[in-house]
This record gives sequence, C-alpha cells and structure tokens, in this order.
Amino acid sequence: MRFDLVLDNWQMFAGGLWMTLQLTALAVLIGFAIALPFGLIRARSNGAVSRLINAYVYAFRGTPLLVQLYLIYYGLSQFEWVRDSFAWVILRDAWWCALIAFSLNSGAYATEIIRGAVQSVPEGELEAAKSLGLSPFKVARLVLIPAALRRALPQYGNEVVFMLHGSVVASVITIQDILGVGRTLNARYYLAYEGFLTAAALYMVLAFVVVFTFRQLEKRYLGYLKVAR
Amino acid sequence: MKKFILATATAGALIASGGGAFAQNINICVEGAYPPFSSTEASGEVVGFDIDIANALVNEMGMSATMVKTDWDGIIPALLEGKCDAIIASMSITDERKQVIDFSDKYYNSPAQFIGAGGMGEDMLEGKVVGVQRGTIHQDFMEGEFPNVELRLYGSQDEVYLDLAAGRIDAAMGDAIAMDDGFLKTDAGAGFAFFGPAYSIPKYHGEGAGVGVRQGEEELRDAFSAAILAIRASGEYAAINDKYFDIDIYGGE
Repeated sequence: MRFDLVLDNWQMFAGGLWMTLQLTALAVLIGFAIALPFGLIRARSNGAVSRLINAYVYAFRGTPLLVQLYLIYYGLSQFEWVRDSFAWVILRDAWWCALIAFSLNSGAYATEIIRGAVQSVPEGELEAAKSLGLSPFKVARLVLIPAALRRALPQYGNEVVFMLHGSVVASVITIQDILGVGRTLNARYYLAYEGFLTAAALYMVLAFVVVFTFRQLEKRYLGYLKVAR
Repeated sequence: MKKFILATATAGALIASGGGAFAQNINICVEGAYPPFSSTEASGEVVGFDIDIANALVNEMGMSATMVKTDWDGIIPALLEGKCDAIIASMSITDERKQVIDFSDKYYNSPAQFIGAGGMGEDMLEGKVVGVQRGTIHQDFMEGEFPNVELRLYGSQDEVYLDLAAGRIDAAMGDAIAMDDGFLKTDAGAGFAFFGPAYSIPKYHGEGAGVGVRQGEEELRDAFSAAILAIRASGEYAAINDKYFDIDIYGGE
C-alpha cells in the first residue's frame, strides 16, 4: 500500500474533485433549465412540440452517456464543415463537449421526472387556485410548479447522484476529473488500488453531500405531505 | 556473449523438455490500438507486428499462444494478476517499469519524435497543446524536457491521432515508426509531418521495446530473449519486419 503517493499527488486529486464538481453542478443546473419547460409541456399537451420533446427524451434516455459523449467529441469533429463553423470554438474543447453531453442527458431524465411530478399534482389543488380567480399563468407559477417541484425532489436527488457517477466518462476524453487523476496515478505508478480507492472515496463523499442536501430539502418542502403515523 | 550462450542453453532445455517448465499454452497481453504494431480488425482479431513477433517467439519456444487484448492502462496489472504471462505490446524497457516487472532483451528499438501540421517547429511549441498516450515514455519525456508545454493525456494512440486530425491538439509526441505508419502514411495524416530531432534518450526512452514478464520468472524471460536472437538469426524476424516496415527496426545490436 502506497497511500503516501496519493498524498504526494493531493493537488491532482483536488483539481480532479473541482473538475467533477464543476461539470456535475453545471450539467444539473442546465439540465434543470431544459427540463422545467419541457416537462411542463410534456405533462400538459400532446401537440407537435410535445412530440418533439418526447423524441429528444427518448434518444437521450435510450443511449448510454458514453456513446453520446463519443458522438459529440469524436463524431462531430470528423466533419470538416463542423470544424470550419463557429461552433468549433466550443466543440474543440473537451470540457465543453462533456458539459453539452451531460446537460442534454440530465435534461432528458429530468424532463420525465418533472412530467411525472406535474401529473401527480392533485387536480383539486389547481381547481382551488382557479376558484380564487387566478389566471392560468398565475396558477402555474404559484401553485402547479411549486407543488410539482416539491414532489419531484426525491427523484431529482437520485438524478443528481446518477449524473455525478455518470460524469466519470469525462475521463475518456482527456478531462482530468477524479477518475482521470486515478487513472493517471495508475498509469504512472501502477497504483490501481490506491488511486481508484481514493477516487471511490471522493465520489462517495460527494454523493453523501448530495443525498444529505436533498434530504434536508425534502424535510423543508415536502414535510407537509408526510402522512401522520 | 556468455549471457547469450546461457540463454540459448535454457531455451534449448525448454524445447527439449517440451516446455514442461511452464504451460504449453501461454497467454500474451497485447494492446490492439497501436498500428502498425498492434491493431484490432473489424472481426475483433488483433493483428500487427507485435502479434506476429509474439507468435514467432512462442513458436520458437515450442509453445502456443493465446492473445489477450488489454487496454494500455491495465496491461501491467493484468500481467501481475496472472491474466496473462507476458506482455508483447511495444512496451519500452524503463527503470520505472523494471521496479514492477521484468523484461527480456529488446525486440526492437525506434526513436521518438514530434508530429504536427506541416510547418510546425520545436521552437513554436510554447503555449501549444501536445497529445501523448497516458503512462508512456513519451509522457515522461514531455514532462521532463518540455515542462512549459500543455500536455493532454489519452488512453490510446489512436485517440491522439483523432484529435490531432481534428485540430484539438497542435502536435503529438510518440514513437516515430508507429506514428509514421499509423498516422502520417494514412489519409488522415495528409498535411502532417515530423518535426524536431529523433529522440532516443536512455533516461526516458529506455533500451527499446522488450517482452514483459513477472519478476522472478527468469526462465521465461531468458527463453524470450533467446527466442528473439533465434528468430533474428533464422531470418523470421526479417520476414515479419519487411511485412510492415521499409527499414530494419531492430536498431543497433
């Protein structure tokens, strides 16, 4: 056991931790920004827009994140017109490719979570709001969305943990995230156990923080739905 | 010379005893993403110089071989865990690796060089991005000799070529022969060329590529060394060499 080499390289792990945190947090936030309107549309309509959104959700939930990342990173770069376009400024960079893939992936899963949560809001709550004379927009803003988001919390917590663990695929496109650092240590000193165990411990701590945060949020915002026992 | 006689004697004894000292079949770790030394066919079969040499060596030793395709990252662990008995994957003999595994004598030795878009020069590298395969002598070389150049680490050499062709990196450092045949001579390599000198610094680049075996398995190691000399002498090496390269890549004796 050579954990001293892990300690010697703690800056690398700190950098990896920051990279993983950054990518996961941004992807979840952007994913949420995608999922909120998309989920509402999916829950409330069956029009052409809703079907398009469904196709997006289907594509991103139906394929592995690693394949999506490969398609965006290596796939798009093989076309010369992509490399000549303005988008290349962003697609050239591995970090942006990872963020795009992660955000779209998280957005697809979260769309379904929010759709389910919106549909589970009892009709009575909405009728009550309507009977107070609120406009449809105000019903959505003041009643429907807050009520749906509260109900989405437990599942959303899961999605964030999945995204955190899914983010390890960033290491295959040269990004030095937590796993990337573990791999580098493994390649340089052949420290498979020490490097990957340290990586596993860091992921576990992050996952624990996410789970704990969501548990507090649930207590605060979902407590009123708790059945008295 | 004494070493040679001893090794030959050991190999002779092995062949005489039908390889009874170890199993008749031997598992060999190969990589499969390092053309023309080792690449993977559409059928999943691994082919290339390393594989032909592996078969020739094992044949010479009176055994048969099973190729075990292993990622570069996991190739030394695979040997140590016994998933294979030898590594024949263009692995350079370095002091760092010798602390973990043991090597036969070299079976080829080729220099390292930069490649980049035509017109690149070593004096232009500052502020540029150079790609290398993670955990190779080329990573050590870059970190030691070009500490101010941004380094990007890839799991395999094939991925380095993809990003070089796409323009994500400005240059790549690697084995000159592998990059010439694996990239520069292919369609994707049009417009790219070698630049800077051909490097062969023992501190980084070792003594050439050898067969990796577990420490303490001197018999197997010496049998491989002897077999390398035997196929050199019999002309089998030359036949395999000429299949892939215009020059003899064995390097100096």
